[in-house]
Amino acid sequence: MEKTIYELRDSNIRRTYLFLVIFSLILFGIGYFFVYEFNWGTTGLIILALFIIFYNIITYVNSDKIALASVGAIPADPNEYQVLHNVVEEIAIAAGIQKPKVYIMNELQPNAFATGRNPTNASICVTTGLLSMMNREELQGVVAHEMSHIRNYDIFLMTVIGIVVGLIIILRSVALRGMWFGMGERRRNRDSGGGGNIIAIIGLVLAIIAPLLVIIIRAAISRQREYLADATGAYIVRDPYGLASALKKIGDYKKPMKTATDATAHMFISNPFAGERLLATHPPVKDRIKRLMSLTV
Amino acid sequence: MNFLILGIILVIVAWFILTYNNFVNLRNRVKNAWAQIDVQLKRRYDLIPNIVETVKGYAKHEKEIFENIAELRAKAMGATSIKDIGESNNQITGTLKTLFAVAENYPELKANEEFLKLQEELTNTENKIAFSRQFFNDIVMNYNATQQKIPANLIAGMMNLKPEEYYPVDEAEKGPVKVQF
Repeated sequence: MEKTIYELRDSNIRRTYLFLVIFSLILFGIGYFFVYEFNWGTTGLIILALFIIFYNIITYVNSDKIALASVGAIPADPNEYQVLHNVVEEIAIAAGIQKPKVYIMNELQPNAFATGRNPTNASICVTTGLLSMMNREELQGVVAHEMSHIRNYDIFLMTVIGIVVGLIIILRSVALRGMWFGMGERRRNRDSGGGGNIIAIIGLVLAIIAPLLVIIIRAAISRQREYLADATGAYIVRDPYGLASALKKIGDYKKPMKTATDATAHMFISNPFAGERLLATHPPVKDRIKRLMSLTV
Repeated sequence: MNFLILGIILVIVAWFILTYNNFVNLRNRVKNAWAQIDVQLKRRYDLIPNIVETVKGYAKHEKEIFENIAELRAKAMGATSIKDIGESNNQITGTLKTLFAVAENYPELKANEEFLKLQEELTNTENKIAFSRQFFNDIVMNYNATQQKIPANLIAGMMNLKPEEYYPVDEAEKGPVKVQF
């Protein structure tokens, strides 16, 4: 058991780095095309390479803050949310990792997510709706599920996906702006065509790629990963009932989250849009409960 | 031929170093896991008198439980082996459950802010004890199993390593919940 978890963690880390390198290279390729087209020369190439490298590093270091800020999460006050802090501390001991930072999100829908880049730089965020709805055992189950994402380095993969999506959005807006800019150029000087059209094509391609990325994210954060985090979470607390009962309550809540977006949906313990959809980020709650209960002998 | 012999020697030396260091790491992890339990047990010893005092204020007649807890606490604090510490603490767990069950009969006590605070703190500590015990036993199992495997057992013998004791699990706690993969 223990060994497979470590193997899984290592393969998660390897695949995540691979993903980051491949995407950086693809982006560099696209950027190279720009540089070549505009004759920016070596300086342009160096700036491009530096931009991609620094962007990756800066986003990597700050990813958890970005993710938390994007859903409006705030640090949970240790006095006001004493039980939550206690539960997180307990589960961290059970999982054998440091206590992650604890955040709270003012939202009626019961939900939770974990973010960060490794177990020493991790955060767990839960909604106020979750806290008001769950008893201690259920809260333990949910926190144990999130703790598994942290210990398995799933959060690292999610962070890197965030980095890549962000970069593509930046490049897309640059290309789209370049497109308008290029058109203006052409109006002034009809003879120097070409460049503007190519940027327009790239802009269009990126505009098409962006929604496709959402599907890629969903494939990467496969349903299998959620089942696995459920199982690992149940193993950490040696109790599948708490999480199963929490999932049932979460599944019965049908209203969507105020701040749900495609960019953050994959982070949560259950689909923030509520209701089952095609290509959903999460397997149906019913199946998850069924699998959890089958863990019991 | 010489290279072959040299290569074999190098592989053996590398294996020796890796295995030795692995044992050192495992031993430290066991110590560290024990330290975690120890911290929680101390916390529990500190909390018990407070909670007993608070309950006493409302439920004077439950003398037997108070004496029982005080006695077990003294016994646990005086124990030295993992087995003794574990067993007396498991008894405390049972008695505390009785104490809280008794507290249910006193509505005024249940409404007491201080009591609720202490109850949450004690629940927190109880859970931490249970989880750190679970973590400790996992690590001890790994440590003991590694010592017994061939050929690492040769090095374990050279280092004079002994299998570590498990923290005893309360029979009453071993409920029907068993998770398997």
